[in-house]
Amino acid sequence: MDESQALFVGEDNKSRSVSVDLHHDSLLQVEISDAVSERDKVKFTVHTKTSLPRFKRAEFSVVRQHEEFIWLHDTYLENEDYAGIIIPPAPPKPDFEASREKLQKLGEGDGSMTREEFAKMKQELEAEYLAIFKKTVAMHEVFLQRLAAHPVLRRDHNFYVFLEYDQDLSVRGKNKKEIFGGFFKNMVKTADEALIASTSGLKEVDDFFDHERTFLLEYHVRVKDASMKADRMTRSHKNVAEGYIPISSVLSSLGTQESSIVNRNFLKLAELFEKLRKVEGRVASDKDLKLSDLLRYYMRDSQAAKDLLYRRVRSLADYENANKVLDKARMKNKEVKQAEGHQQLCCHRFEKLSGSAKQELMDFKVRRVSAFRKNLIELTELELKHAKASLLLLRNCLISLKMEH
Amino acid sequence: MATEREPPPLGDAEQTDFRELEDGEDLFISTASTLESSPTSPEPASHPAEDICANSNGPQPAEISLDDDLEDLFAEATEEVSLDSPEREPILSDEPSPAITPVTPTALVTPRVEPKTIFVPAMFERSKEELEEEANGDSFDMEIVVSDPEKVGDGMNAYMAYKVTTKTSLTIFNENEFSVKRRFSDFLGLHSKLATKYMHIGYIVPPAPEKSIVGMTKVKVGKEDSSSTEFVEKRRAALERYLERTVKHPTLLHDPDVMQFLESSEVFSFNWNIQAANNLDNARLPRAVSTQALSGAGILRMVNKAAEAVNKMTIKMNESDAWFEEKQQQFENLDQQLRKLHTSVESLVCHRKELSVNTAAFAKSAAMLGNSEDHTALSRALSQLAEVEEKIDQLHQEQAYADFYLFAELLSDYVRLLTAVKGVFDQRMKTWQKWQDAQAMLQKKREAESKLQFANKPDKLQQAKDEIREATDDTIRGELSITSRVPVATGVQGNMHSLMVRIPSFRFEDSAMEKGYTVFKIDVLTSGRQHSVEKRYSEFHSLHKKLKKFIKAPEMPSKHVRNWVPKVLEHRRLGLEIYLQSRGYYQSNLAVKWKLSAD
Repeated sequence: MDESQALFVGEDNKSRSVSVDLHHDSLLQVEISDAVSERDKVKFTVHTKTSLPRFKRAEFSVVRQHEEFIWLHDTYLENEDYAGIIIPPAPPKPDFEASREKLQKLGEGDGSMTREEFAKMKQELEAEYLAIFKKTVAMHEVFLQRLAAHPVLRRDHNFYVFLEYDQDLSVRGKNKKEIFGGFFKNMVKTADEALIASTSGLKEVDDFFDHERTFLLEYHVRVKDASMKADRMTRSHKNVAEGYIPISSVLSSLGTQESSIVNRNFLKLAELFEKLRKVEGRVASDKDLKLSDLLRYYMRDSQAAKDLLYRRVRSLADYENANKVLDKARMKNKEVKQAEGHQQLCCHRFEKLSGSAKQELMDFKVRRVSAFRKNLIELTELELKHAKASLLLLRNCLISLKMEH
Repeated sequence: MATEREPPPLGDAEQTDFRELEDGEDLFISTASTLESSPTSPEPASHPAEDICANSNGPQPAEISLDDDLEDLFAEATEEVSLDSPEREPILSDEPSPAITPVTPTALVTPRVEPKTIFVPAMFERSKEELEEEANGDSFDMEIVVSDPEKVGDGMNAYMAYKVTTKTSLTIFNENEFSVKRRFSDFLGLHSKLATKYMHIGYIVPPAPEKSIVGMTKVKVGKEDSSSTEFVEKRRAALERYLERTVKHPTLLHDPDVMQFLESSEVFSFNWNIQAANNLDNARLPRAVSTQALSGAGILRMVNKAAEAVNKMTIKMNESDAWFEEKQQQFENLDQQLRKLHTSVESLVCHRKELSVNTAAFAKSAAMLGNSEDHTALSRALSQLAEVEEKIDQLHQEQAYADFYLFAELLSDYVRLLTAVKGVFDQRMKTWQKWQDAQAMLQKKREAESKLQFANKPDKLQQAKDEIREATDDTIRGELSITSRVPVATGVQGNMHSLMVRIPSFRFEDSAMEKGYTVFKIDVLTSGRQHSVEKRYSEFHSLHKKLKKFIKAPEMPSKHVRNWVPKVLEHRRLGLEIYLQSRGYYQSNLAVKWKLSAD
């Protein structure tokens, strides 16, 4: 596939940080129209518009919680039929802890802050809380939308249930045993992978997959690292922006004490800092949205791709094993039919898996490139805009201060 | 009389000699603007009018002619002057910053002196003639640079020697340009000397940079990391600002110690331990031992400080002068605010440094990501992103440094200066205390005298009378010091009147026409020139009469003396000296002419 052509971006009518190729069909459109945060839980209202005959109505909504999303994701994972498909990564758990803590600390109060300062910081924190909230809604939505867009995945029965079933799915959150189980499974998987990689004379016949494998492994590591660093960067940027608040308030109180030239300048400075802070805050949050989120999402997505590869390798190993068994059976002339059948099965599975994996991986690449492109462009444009704004602010302030000469 | 001290009154509208400038005229450039320090050259102190014109008439000072602007200035001033406006506050309430000169830190900016710091004398404007007069004299032109920190010696005895270069055109110095090597303890020694000399008369002595055991130890041990170079740079900049502030103050500039410090290239000691002075070790500057942190003198200082703190709490001064009370309140507020500002700026700098570090890390990570990306266009885009982020990181770092050196350091200087100012207020309290004590003493002596009078013991009576006179002296002195706002006002506003007056002696003069009289010798030190005149009491008296017409003059020693004993002359000398000193600044014009005219 020609790389340059792969840069075509499917129109995403909602600006999300991660673009999804929505095959614009009216067959199935899913969105999260509303979300309510209740203490520890977030309740999402999933709204579906469809023209599929399968559904009873053309348009309907249900309320879902995070655990139900996870349940859906797991069912996909466990389903053998989808082994050859990159399962969209599950949305992260809504985490308001940090933000809540900060709000609480602020509330307990630092006597040293003036009222305005306090109000401003509270505003900042509330905005942060809101931003986190919006993000988590977006993540859940993207998950559903990818499922809905995928020609195979969208036909899953569980998916329909998820979308339609009014009542509570009574999916309980994984209890400890299950969490442990999941953890354990993961470990086994990675060990298995390593084992397969090392032992077998499993020659990777297909260059494509070989290349993809090395690429993905490396890429995943790097993306993870980049995502972490980007997070840290945006966080310290936010700190800088918040640091302007006390400065601005002290300057303004200095300025209001008496009116003389010095104090007028103080007031000007105070204003400047206040405005700058807003701009800096925007820069930080934009960076966060466009860059960090992007990287994070692709970290997870590349993990999913890795999983796909793993599954394929697994099935290849099975195929190989089946071959061996068949050979052995042929030699011993026992249960040949059975072995043959099994081998056929494995072979068939493997091929199917390989085929769809190839397609998936190529889609993955396309998707990734276009997402990066879109977000990086938006990021730079926004940063340019903000930089111009702060330049203007600073210049104006300089001029007015100099004029006091 | 002390109680009804009004703020020094305004000159008459007709009096062209005395002018008042409301702060409506933009004399001020705030501390904030020092950040953008306009690179104007150091303006001469004796041309404050020029500065004023410059400041009030717009941003192009150079092109404005002196004469025109003086007219304008005075024209403006006369309109706004009201004869008995009680609000002196606008003028006096201007930021103490000018005196406590906002010297631009030199780390990133070449050392400049802001014209506005050469602030107009608070109350009075110089007349044109006076200015011309002074124009013929020295121009205040002094530039001090502290540079080249060099590590001298090794191990724990090592220290950093800084080169202090002075460029000046003042005649009080021998040459126009000279440089010496000084170490940090020399600076501290200079400061302590100045403090002991001037604090008690109420001058605000600029504080020296602080000791830092951690920082110096690192340097001594020879750790060549960024924090120790930063430390040395901080210190160098702070020392430079300290010296510039010190010479800004007219009195301090002419102090022999300061001049010696700047000029003398000999290795001499600033310490008070004579044996250490004898320990002149070839190339090594002897240390100001008394400024060592743990020396005996240091501990003594700490004990003194503690005692003073206790004293402060116990002395409850009855502040009768509203001006002082208000000033004190203002300074308290200002101090608080500046401290807060300082801490928040420091935390901002910290965050920004963190941001720059994180940005750098991200840049590297993005570069790696770009490398591993196999889609070529995207890969290129990512590497470019990495480069941009790196540049951003550099910028953040620069910004952090700028914030630090320009803003934070300046603020900490001001915080320290404000503590010095508070010290002056404390001095005032102490003086008041002394005055109260002196008054009580006087009372006692008077009672003793009256008792003696009844007991009819003439010799004891005489002694008692003498003691009374002494006590009266003390009370007068105390009172004048308390009531005189001049030193504080001077320090507060950086009054650039470089005028100092002393009456060191007197002699008897015989005259054919009348019986012999006493002439007092007056030493006048003004902008680098010193000369003497001799005046007799009657001339003082006529001056006083003239002054009384326009301003509220202080008390003069009495004309009629009951008993002409030698001690009386001494008292008179003292009283005249105090009189001249307390009014010296206000009498600039008239008195200078009067004093100079005797020759």
